[in-house]
Amino acid sequence: MAEPLQMAGSKIKVNRIGLQKTDYRGNLTTLCQGCGHNSISNQIIAACYEANILPEDVVKFSGIGCSSKSPSYFLSRSFGFNSLHGRMPSVATGALFGNKYLHGIGVSGDGDTTNIGMGQFKHVIRRNVPLVYIIENNGVYGLTKGQFSATAEVGLNLKYQGVNSYMPIDIPKEALIAGASFIARSFAGDPKQVKELLKAALSHRGIAILDIISPCVTFNNSDEAYHSYAWGREHEVAIHDLSYVPPSEEITVDYAEGEFKEVTLHDGSKILLKKLEREYDPTSRVDAMRVLEESDNSESLLTGLIYIDPDRPDLIEQHNLVDEPLNRLNESDLRPAADTIDMINNLMF
Amino acid sequence: MSEKIVNDFSITIGTVNGSGSQTANNTILRSLFKMGIPVSGKNIFPSNIQGLSTWYTIRVNKDGFTARRDAHEIVICMNSNSFSQDLANVLPGGAFFYTDSIKLDITRDDIEVYRLPVKDIMREQKDVPKQLKDLVANMVYVGVLAQSIGIDLEQIRTALDYHFKGKQKPIDLNFKVIEKSVEWAKGNLEKTDPYFVKPMNKNDGLIMTDGNTAAAIGSIYGGVQFMGWYPITPGSSLAEGIIEYLPILRKREDGKHTYAVIQAEDELAAIGMAIGAGFSGLRAMTATSGPGLSLMTEFAGLAYYAEVPVVIWDVQRVGPSTGLPTRTSQGDLTFTHYIGHGDTEQIILLPGNANECFEFGWRAFDIAENLQSPVFVLSDLDLGMNQWMAKPFEYPNEPMDRGKVLWEEDLEKLNGDWGRYRDVDNDGIPYRTVPGNKHPASAYFLRGTGHDENGNLTEDSATWTRMLDRIKKKYYKAVEFIPAPIIEKKKGAKIGIIAMGSTELAVREARHQLETEANIKSDSMRIRGIPFAEDVPKFIESHEQNYVFEMNRDGQLYQLLLGEYPHLADHLISEAFNDGLPATAQWILDSILIKEKI
Repeated sequence: MAEPLQMAGSKIKVNRIGLQKTDYRGNLTTLCQGCGHNSISNQIIAACYEANILPEDVVKFSGIGCSSKSPSYFLSRSFGFNSLHGRMPSVATGALFGNKYLHGIGVSGDGDTTNIGMGQFKHVIRRNVPLVYIIENNGVYGLTKGQFSATAEVGLNLKYQGVNSYMPIDIPKEALIAGASFIARSFAGDPKQVKELLKAALSHRGIAILDIISPCVTFNNSDEAYHSYAWGREHEVAIHDLSYVPPSEEITVDYAEGEFKEVTLHDGSKILLKKLEREYDPTSRVDAMRVLEESDNSESLLTGLIYIDPDRPDLIEQHNLVDEPLNRLNESDLRPAADTIDMINNLMF
Repeated sequence: MSEKIVNDFSITIGTVNGSGSQTANNTILRSLFKMGIPVSGKNIFPSNIQGLSTWYTIRVNKDGFTARRDAHEIVICMNSNSFSQDLANVLPGGAFFYTDSIKLDITRDDIEVYRLPVKDIMREQKDVPKQLKDLVANMVYVGVLAQSIGIDLEQIRTALDYHFKGKQKPIDLNFKVIEKSVEWAKGNLEKTDPYFVKPMNKNDGLIMTDGNTAAAIGSIYGGVQFMGWYPITPGSSLAEGIIEYLPILRKREDGKHTYAVIQAEDELAAIGMAIGAGFSGLRAMTATSGPGLSLMTEFAGLAYYAEVPVVIWDVQRVGPSTGLPTRTSQGDLTFTHYIGHGDTEQIILLPGNANECFEFGWRAFDIAENLQSPVFVLSDLDLGMNQWMAKPFEYPNEPMDRGKVLWEEDLEKLNGDWGRYRDVDNDGIPYRTVPGNKHPASAYFLRGTGHDENGNLTEDSATWTRMLDRIKKKYYKAVEFIPAPIIEKKKGAKIGIIAMGSTELAVREARHQLETEANIKSDSMRIRGIPFAEDVPKFIESHEQNYVFEMNRDGQLYQLLLGEYPHLADHLISEAFNDGLPATAQWILDSILIKEKI
């Protein structure tokens, strides 16, 4: 592993595992300047750095689209698999069996998830695959130049498409119905919240759905559009102020009774939720659905940790795998011994 | 009664689907097998759970010719809906058994007819629970047939014991009905047809199994670690075989698993998971049939171009679309070979019997990992789902070939200087790493988009061409791994017969008939994989006429041979036919006789 460079007179900042933030960077982005996805990539870099995650312990997955290109713009030292349109979840599901100690980060878009990929989205959730599943949601197709996606709001007017008359698909609601164990919504224009949610998601055992409104500056950023920067900034309502506390750290903030909620994750880390305008319990599915419905009716962009169940076993656990990563097993582990062949022939008629 | 005909006839049993006749039919098949007589059983069934007509055809043949025949010397009819058809199907001089609950007229006088007193016998069976009566009633025809043709009752007991996994209660329940029926036949059935069986010793050391079970067990000996699958006939029982035998063969003291099997939401996800696992360094596979394979197309192209090892079994059925979902075919050959858009040529293995299903089960992983490529194995419904006589499975005679995988210490030696798609050894096969490798230079970004030798995205034209040409180099290299064709020669043979897969027995029988009935000697070549082995063009060249027999409409194997060896076009004649039923020797015989103008 690369040792941090010590230069005379200056101390280079490293994290607890001795890596600099630059060890987490990726290739230069080729997305548009101002694209929300770039902001999210930066927060992924920051979150992994701050959470002291070794890049080699991460595998990145994506489907097809602008968002799905972005995994090459962060964590170059992590393996990546840019797969097929709408099929990222299945690839991640199989790949994560290779080594059960890896962190999976999947990046998808609203088209990749809610149009072509709705089936796999639902099933990766019901299996509770241990994957941070980020949907960079801008309501529009970028690479094919400006068509509606299934998250576009009714009445959205796009330059070459006209007015959308179909009901939008709400990602957190779909995730909730499918039985997700971690659901959050955020806004690329709120990088601090994105980062804290990412850290919490990386500590969560199971599927973590992050619906991040990530404006498309080229095709869908007019002030009145729900997925624009302007609309998000004006309408974002954080459900709580959220901060992540790593496993071995003490909680240092002082807080008054009833002001904070605390969720302990499986690795011992904690999510601190500071109460804002209202009481909110993210462990209740009913409250989650209610708050999402209310936010729709009030035309606000509700953000924060909407739902969490930290205790449900993930897919890999359900399979009771051996301790050693499966992809390091060798012939003696995998091929039945020679004396079994008679036994198996005797089982035939 | 004319002269006895021993160990050389076909029995067809017509029943209602879902009536439990499989137990009875398997019992007859297995007891004949245990009597040492070469035998085959083929289930001709509808796509239906309950109610439609279904048939089971058993052929016994002392010379080992057990391919399906269209002729039926003995027909047993338990189904009023198929009565007329079943009656018409009996060869003149043959025997017709039918259940006495059918009140229809016998309109033929050129056959021997026996009524089965199913009702009477079952009425006496007071200890058979009501809900089991209809199932157990099938044992009446087992007993009467056994008495009529001479099946050994001890072997029937052995067959029942196997079927019910030694559970005494159902064994006794069924065997008692068989004994009663034998007793009835002894006293009441006057044998007037000439068909008999007599014990032989031709099956010593053989086992009976189906191709899907053999493939499943073979895959386990190949070290399968991940299987993603989606239910489809006739692929399902391969996956279910893996689920059944993995816990037996890969049992560990700590109770933990070295594998995972996941039933996916569809075939796209099934292969997506398998390709994800292959990328991660696992021996990964999926099993499906034609419609499922159609859905896997895009992923197959990705795995080809991104060079991900994965094994895909296609147990072929009749298409296009849903087609005849429970009937057999060899119609997916060209589709599979070219599956994926753009330039793709996929590696295919073609097992022809249960032993090869086992062998290709483990071998496919070695080829896939060595070549970093998808490997397709094309079986079919007949081979996959019917019971076949087979040699005992043989333990793999080669160690596992995990291919070129670099781990931490390898990268250390290289100072981290490596590239995912560099052709270091000039054999077209690059080196790869897998997730979890802790070396800081281990990672690469896998993509279906254009990429260079280091796996970096590029849309550069020259690089694209270079990459695709290198993959083609691997394809030619694959010839080294493809099992050689099985060639059988006859001195003085003028014609060649080329075939693949499950038509093996029909070809062998037809060659015998050609020689004995028309004095035409033939050589045969059964092709076992694509790309074609070196012996393939040599065989074609050495005969002026080669008849290419295959179970599809358009002559797909013929097309591939033409494409590969256009200069040998004059030597090839296409004989393609598929009606959903397993091939018969008669088809091959007639097709050649017409062409040879005899």
